[in-house]
Amino acid sequence: MFYIHCPYCAEQRSEEEFHCMGQAHIQRPENPEAASDREWGEYLFFRDNPRGLHQEMWVHAAGCRKFFNVARNTVSYEIFETYRMGEQTSVTAGTTAHGREGQVEQVHKVRRVRA
Amino acid sequence: MSNVAIFEQRAADTIAAESPLHYSLHRHAVSAQGADPKEGSAVAMDERAFLGHLIVRGTAGVLRAAIKQVVGIALPETACGLNVEGGKSIQWLSPDEWLVILPPGEEFATENALRQALGDNAYAVVNVSGGQTVLTLSGPSAHEVLMKSTPCDVHPHAFPVGRGVSTVFAKTTVLLRRPDAKHWELVIRRSFADYLYRWLLDAGEEYGITTKHTENKDNNNE
Repeated sequence: MFYIHCPYCAEQRSEEEFHCMGQAHIQRPENPEAASDREWGEYLFFRDNPRGLHQEMWVHAAGCRKFFNVARNTVSYEIFETYRMGEQTSVTAGTTAHGREGQVEQVHKVRRVRA
Repeated sequence: MSNVAIFEQRAADTIAAESPLHYSLHRHAVSAQGADPKEGSAVAMDERAFLGHLIVRGTAGVLRAAIKQVVGIALPETACGLNVEGGKSIQWLSPDEWLVILPPGEEFATENALRQALGDNAYAVVNVSGGQTVLTLSGPSAHEVLMKSTPCDVHPHAFPVGRGVSTVFAKTTVLLRRPDAKHWELVIRRSFADYLYRWLLDAGEEYGITTKHTENKDNNNE
């Protein structure tokens, strides 16, 4: 169990109150009629599944019931930042690469070599 | 005034009404007979039935003046705020949503007055009085019963008077609030009322929980 900072309630709340709602910042094709089948299919069905930094939508389901964005590490579960809908993240792969995420990557590589 | 169909949900006073905890309280009441007469019970549970509940939605800028004028209490604009005054309360639920709790019978007139005051602004007022009820917990061990039930931090430092949150409680959600230093209030859904009542009886057993029933309207079974 861990705590998540809700940007609307402006405080840390228990993870039990939240649900993950999938990848954030997905752009709908501006003109669906003109989009190719591949473009439209990727918009509807295809999602990133990265190792490391990922932006996700979460909802404070048992609290204020607002959606917001989370930038987190899918390997270590470290949450770098939570921010409101409509805002952009300040966390990029570059800003986290030298932090703990980099170390996690390192540990995984070592384990794989040993295995 | 907006073109919305609203009606008086409260039947005439001559018709007996039953709170969501009607059967729970009469079948599973725990009297204070065994408790220490000087110190009383360590936890006492009580229902405040038949209060008027209104959900008000809109931006704070739109609602601020109308709420102050009609309800007479300032709108709590900071997150998790709760303003209580003279039997009425307003709780912050989300950046654009508040719960107004009023004494029994005032909700219909208040809803009408709010609609009058808000005019053509973008807002919503919904009377949810029939859908939820209020349980109060009091006594020195009340917060220990809560600690067994919710992940929310209920230590007095983290949960001061005038704070209200929506949180996970047992296997459901409640609005947990602290209107004054002696009482905790749980705003619970009608369909979960019996479940939560039994949960609290079970959780409070080790502290000698007792129940008391204050009904404002229906005294048929007293």
